[in-house]
Amino acid sequence: MIRWLLLLLAGALLGGIVHLATVMALPRTATQDAYSRLSANAPVNTVVTLPMPTPDKAVMPLMDPAFISAVCRYDLSKGPLKLTVPVGPVYTSVSFYTRFDVAYYAINDRAAGRRIIELDLMTPEQHNEMPEQEDVTAADRLIVESPTPTGLIALRTLAPEPGLMPMARAALAGARCEQQDLAKMTRDQ
Amino acid sequence: MRLLLGTLFAFVVAALVGLGTTYFALSRGAAFGALTIGSWTAWPKSGTEDADPYARATIARTGQLPMALGDGVSFSALTDDKGKILDGRCTVVVSGVTPAARYWTLTLYNAGGELVANSVGRYGFTSEEILRNADGSFAITVAPRANPGNWLPSGGIERYSLVLRFYDTAIGVATRASREVPMPSIKTRSCA
Repeated sequence: MIRWLLLLLAGALLGGIVHLATVMALPRTATQDAYSRLSANAPVNTVVTLPMPTPDKAVMPLMDPAFISAVCRYDLSKGPLKLTVPVGPVYTSVSFYTRFDVAYYAINDRAAGRRIIELDLMTPEQHNEMPEQEDVTAADRLIVESPTPTGLIALRTLAPEPGLMPMARAALAGARCEQQDLAKMTRDQ
Repeated sequence: MRLLLGTLFAFVVAALVGLGTTYFALSRGAAFGALTIGSWTAWPKSGTEDADPYARATIARTGQLPMALGDGVSFSALTDDKGKILDGRCTVVVSGVTPAARYWTLTLYNAGGELVANSVGRYGFTSEEILRNADGSFAITVAPRANPGNWLPSGGIERYSLVLRFYDTAIGVATRASREVPMPSIKTRSCA
């Protein structure tokens, strides 16, 4: 009897390890996570406007139907990225996600303080390679460091009422994410 | 033989306990740092780089992109203030005021996080669309049939969730439930 109880205890302890291991391993093995879902239709380093979510079809669950969304699936292995997002009618935000869909940075139109959100995305290594420029202040040039070489940028702009949807869509249609030549960027400065 | 049987028994227990708790934790959407106000719950930390392993696993499993904290905070409710499951066949009133934010949106989803089909194609409200009372408060009626005022169709589905998203808000990881974060109440009025 005691033997079986001990075995039960050992099994439960081992179960705890199994639990932790599966939770930790899940993001790396998931095939239906947002990044994988978007990979099929979003080419690398290009802004793709996502179709509006409808009851029958949505790219991802829990999308906000009041927003026009676009994504840029990025790969920084060949150089940093320059992101330009024209601001929509009322509210526009840019959120950065790692390959495993963890949000590491976000900025909105008011924080950017302009009619256009402009920033450079690079890996910490690429950032280190850039020469320090004292006359280029952080406000002039927003640099975001990506913790993973690949990931997602979600661009979202609010249409506060359905009539403003075309305006919001037009704003996002002008968004660009383009690969930069690191050597050229350094030369230009 | 006894040793083999015993080891097998321990492994079966381990698999059941381990996978069972993982499934249970993730289907409940467990993560640390939940901010609960009334029947609304948000996980502000899940929208940051500090998201814990449970939040990360939940995000990967559901396939959603979590709302980044710099963008805003997303509150969800599965029950009314009395703990009754939100039922699409009932008339449910969401009323009150919201915490300070530049914009907010309220959206109705089914259990799978999909929008719910209805005759008028309305899936939610934004803070700009809503009709308000003189004091700035509002009431949204979630019901299967048309209602005067702010009517959000429930599509008559058995259970749904309401998601209230605040954009550009001061609510964050350090926010505690208090008078500074007044969330609207959710009350079930009648059931068809």
